This record gives sequence, structure tokens and C-alpha cells, in this order.
Amino acid sequence: MSTTTEKKPMSKKKKNILEMTAIYTIIGIMFVIILYPLLWAVGVSLNPGTGLYGAKIIPENWSLVHYEWLFFDARSNYLVWYRNTLFVAISVSFLATFFVGITAYAFSRYRFKGRKYGLYAFLLLQMFPILMAMVALYILLNTVNLLDSLIGLIIIYIGGAIPMNAFLVKGYFDTLPRELDESAKIDGAGHFRIFFQILLPLAKPILAVVALFNFMAPFMDFILPRIVLRSPENFTLALGLFNMVNDQFANTFTRFAAGSILIAVPIALVFLYLQKYLISGLASGATKG
Amino acid sequence: MATNNSQDRQNKLVNPQHNPTVATLLSIIPGLGQAYNKRFLKGAALFILFAAFVIAMMEFISSGLQGLVTLGDIPREDDSRVFLSNGILSLIFTAFFLSFYILNLQDAYKDAKRIQLGWKVPNIREGFRNAWDTGFPYLLVGPGLFLLIFVVVFPLLFMVFLAFTNYNLYNAPPRNLLEWVGFQNFYDLFTINEWRNTFINVLSWTLIWTFVATTLQIALAMFLAILVNDPRVRFKKLIRTVFILPWAVPAFVTIIIFSAMFNDNFGAINLQIIEPLFNTRIPWLQDPLWTRVALITIQVWLGFPFVYALFTGVLQGISSDWYEAADIDGANRWQKFRNITFPHLMFATAPLLIMQYSFNFNNFNIIYLFNQGGPAVRGQTAGGSDILISWIYGLTFENQQFNMAAAISIILGLLVATFAFFQFRRSRSFKEEGTF
Repeated sequence: MSTTTEKKPMSKKKKNILEMTAIYTIIGIMFVIILYPLLWAVGVSLNPGTGLYGAKIIPENWSLVHYEWLFFDARSNYLVWYRNTLFVAISVSFLATFFVGITAYAFSRYRFKGRKYGLYAFLLLQMFPILMAMVALYILLNTVNLLDSLIGLIIIYIGGAIPMNAFLVKGYFDTLPRELDESAKIDGAGHFRIFFQILLPLAKPILAVVALFNFMAPFMDFILPRIVLRSPENFTLALGLFNMVNDQFANTFTRFAAGSILIAVPIALVFLYLQKYLISGLASGATKG
Repeated sequence: MATNNSQDRQNKLVNPQHNPTVATLLSIIPGLGQAYNKRFLKGAALFILFAAFVIAMMEFISSGLQGLVTLGDIPREDDSRVFLSNGILSLIFTAFFLSFYILNLQDAYKDAKRIQLGWKVPNIREGFRNAWDTGFPYLLVGPGLFLLIFVVVFPLLFMVFLAFTNYNLYNAPPRNLLEWVGFQNFYDLFTINEWRNTFINVLSWTLIWTFVATTLQIALAMFLAILVNDPRVRFKKLIRTVFILPWAVPAFVTIIIFSAMFNDNFGAINLQIIEPLFNTRIPWLQDPLWTRVALITIQVWLGFPFVYALFTGVLQGISSDWYEAADIDGANRWQKFRNITFPHLMFATAPLLIMQYSFNFNNFNIIYLFNQGGPAVRGQTAGGSDILISWIYGLTFENQQFNMAAAISIILGLLVATFAFFQFRRSRSFKEEGTF
């Protein structure tokens, strides 16, 4: 952008080439900065040793020994963690989308007493990270014996998902014309029929976004599981992997790298595949919601 | 004239002997007012519901509220935490009871008023239909609200109450009883030197962190978005995919990878970049200043893709007419950026950018995963890179200073709430609410 301050007038073509070189150089540098850590992790996971010290980005004799360990070694809980995470992710995704859907429908289509306060409460509550109540959550789960159980974790995830997502979906419902449900009402459709047969199919895109977000959250979150879960056979992937490096950072790092690549790759692929919907969903939720 | 006539007819009392005040007063015992309005089934249902609630919950509520005051009497036997949570539950139930009670009074009054004006009480079938119609939204909201109250509201209330007790490592139930200490914890936080210094250090770093990291994130994203949006740049799709990668890979994985790369002794950054170039090593994890620098760098890496994606979308939507008009006026690039591109970007994405600030304000993951808030600082409970939320975490799970953690949580909550208040006023959905 600084070419305007050049003293010597340059030919247009020369200026053009110079600018394009600058732009591509900057993009190239960004590529290196972005890709280097990721490729480094892949490279490290292929090192045969478990330590971080000798690990190189391009290993001299690469091997899949860490991947084998994760799947087949008797001391590895990796598959159990994968199963736990899938169980949590599927339950949360399904139940949260359901609760969010009906709550948003009520707030978008009905005028009832307490509605305005409800909306204010949602807006306020979505500003507070659930982490802030962790003191209480920890003591509380301890008193009701839901500590170290996946059910407790699922319940917290669902409850925490409601305010933020209900707002997003409510904003989307608001954009669907009300004439649709009014004409259905005249035709004699009941409340449930209007919801399930008319609005739900139209709201599929935003509900898919909500379901996806809630499905991915348990794969990425380690802090709530860390508060709730205690025994290794109940861990989710994120927590298990975190503990793996946390216990003896430098000594199991290559193993951790292998384990995290196995979750990072599928998530990144899904994400890149659906990026358009994710971005537009977020953007519309923020401006309309 | 015609309108006046019809208004007169509307205001004429058809049943002047039917008194709304009487209905309301009768409703002090729920159901009686409805019976007075000749809605016997509704009245009976209300009466049974309220009676059932009172009989079932009275015991729990009164002992719960009592327990909330005393927090237990017999050491080693009474668990103050149970008293506290039962007390909060009682408060929530009482709030529900009161709001339904008021609704009951209002309902009796309204119906009576309408009867006075000649409204015919619907028969049982219509009554059911109306009840179903008005009750339906509550049925929808009910389950979500229930979950929300127990998972979010209840713990938040619990936390608020904890801040006024003396619950810490040395005074922990069930061994000891808790006591109410009023504002003592807040007082300590601001008067005891050790606490005050820590608090000021952590708060100032939290604010700097939020501002610098987020602003850099947005600036880099804007720069790259405008660069790549240039019509001469090719392979846009590939560039976009690579630029979004840091957002797509789970953050906890990349942060741990970075913390290995920044490792003082055998991290790649020191061994492969700093040492060959400058012949020295930077103590990334031992020195607070360098930890902070590393944290901001990593957050920019992690956070710019989202903003970049947003900006790219907006840039593609700006009509080229604007730029053509500017060209005719002889504007240079900087003027075009300042007067066309920048306002467009900001207008369309301001709420989301503000959300980025509030996200980083509470960005626990990066602080904790990178260096666990460290390096440790002498004479304070918070590490050199701890922000408020990670300090609270440390106080809770490492030092078991539950009371102080809760007090700081409340201060954090007040900061967030002030911020939220300004968000509210800008939020479009509230301005548009009235237009339905």
C-alpha cells in the first residue's frame, strides 16, 4: 500500500508485478506460520521415541509406533475415551438441539407473560461463562453424587448450551414469515403440528449448526470434564490427552501428538467442509439475534 | 360520533354487581376468586395445585430458609454446604410460588372485569382449549428453563452466597460449620496487602491481555482480508482454507503443541529459530514478560481466522460502485480504506468483534494450557500470566480458597454485566422487538 509514496513514477506493469510479489510474499509467510506448528505436530507423532527432546519434524526413521500404542496397548485407554466422548457428544448434540429448538420456537412465536424477562435472562446468562460457577458446580456435584459421571457432564453441557443457542435459533425463527403458521392454523393445524411439520423443516440449517457445535464441543473442551470426571475410564478424549502431557510433559509428548492428530483431523475436515454454514450461521445470529 | 357511541357501549357495565375487587380478594385463597367468577373447574384445579404445593413443600421451604440463616448448628454432623444448597432451592421455589400466586390474583381480577363488561364465561370445552393455548408456550419453555435453573442459575447463586461465607481450606465442611461473614472477603481483598497487590496485578494484565490480543487479532485479520480480496490474487479458495485452519483444529491441541514449541530447553522456537539467529535462548516459560508475549502471539494465531472469515464475507458484499465513485473523485488507497472499507467492515461485524473481546477476557484455555498461569510469582497466589478467570480456578482447585474465589467471581461477574449492559442497548433484536 506504500507504493503511492514512491518518488519515481513507475510503469504500471512494473508496479503491478512489485505489488503482487509483496502480496504473495506476505501470504507465503502466513502459510509458513500457520502450517509449521501443525506439520511439526504430525512430524513429532511419527518419531519412534517418546521424548520431546530427540523429536524432529522430519524423523530419520519414522514409525507408527505411537498410533499402535494408543489402539492396542493394554495400558492405553484411548478407545474408551473415544467411546465416552462419542457418547457425550451424541447425547448432548441431540438433546441440546431439541431443548434449544422448542425454547426458541416459544420465544419467537408466542407472546406470553415473562417472555421479555426470559430474553433478557438469556442475553445476560450467555455472557457468563459457566466456568465462573465452577466453585459451586464442583461442590454441588460432590454433594449430589454426580461427580465422576458422564451423565452429570451431559446435563451441564445441555444446560450451558441453552441460552446462547436459543438466541441464535430464535433469531432464525424470527426471519421465517408468520403467515406460514397463521395459514396452517386456519387450516386447523395444532401447536405441535405447526412446529414439527412447518417450522422445523424450514429451520434445518440453523438447527444443523447448533447440533454440530454441540457435537464438537465435548471433543474440544477439557476443563468441565476435568472438574467433573475423576477416574481414567470415565475421561473424555480432551481430558485424557491433557492428563497425558500434564503428568510428565516431555516424556509422553509424541504419544500425545499422535492422539491429538487423530481427533484434530476429523474435526478440522468437518469444519472446513461446513465452514460456509458455520460463518453465516454465526453472523446471522449476531446481527439478527 | 359513531366511535363515541361504540365506546360508550363498551364501557357500559352489563353486570355491575360483579365486583373485580371482591374476586381478587377472594383469590387470596387461590381458586375462590375463580369460583366467584363461575369458573368452577378452573378454581378447583388452581386450589388443588396450590394446596398440593403448600402441603408438599412448606416443610422443605421453611427448614431450607431457616438453614440458610444458620448454616447448621452441630459441627461434624451438619454439612453447611447441604444447608446452603437447600436454602437456595427454597428461595427458587418461593420465587416460583410467589409469581404464580400473583398470576392467580391477576387472573381472577381480569376475568371478573371482563364479566362485568358482559363477557360470557366459556363452557368447559372452550375453557380447556384456552388453557391449552395460553399454557402451550410455557410447556415448551418449561424443560429448558428447568435445566437452565439447575445447571446455570443455581450454581451462580451458590457462588454468590459462598462469597459471604468463610469457606476455605482450614474451615471446610463437613468438618467445620460455615458462617456468614458479610463483606469481610471483599474487605480483605482490598485491604490485605498480599490480596490487593495480586488483584491489581491480575486485573491489569487481564485488561491488557484482552485489549492487545484481541485488537491485534482483528488488525491482522483485516490486513489479510483486504490483501487477499485484491482481484489480482489467485487461488483464493486455497488461501482461505489454509487461513482458516487454526480455527478448525481444536484449540486445546494447538495450545499444547505451542507450549511444547516454546519450551525453554528443548522447544523448537528456541533451538531452531532464536539460538541460530541470536545465539541465545529466551526464557519463554520462566519469565512473566516473555510468557505474556508468547501468549499474545499464540492468541493472534488462534483467533485471527474467525475474524478473517467474517471480513472476507463482508468485503465481497461491498458494492464496487463505492470504489468507482471514489476513483472519479481521485481518492487514494488510504482514503478509500478509511472512508469505504473500514466503516463497512465495522458496521457489519461490530457485535461479533465485541464478542471477541469478551471471549478473550475469559479465555481460560490458553492461559491455563500454555503455562498454567505461570511462572509463579513470589508472595502472591496468582502466577505471572494468570487472568482473573484462571486465578479463580487456581484458588478453587489448588488453594481451596473457595470464599475468595467466589468473591473474585462476583467482581468478574459485575465487570461482565456492565459490559453486557452496553451490549444490550446496542443489540438490534431488542430494538426490533416492538415491531411485531
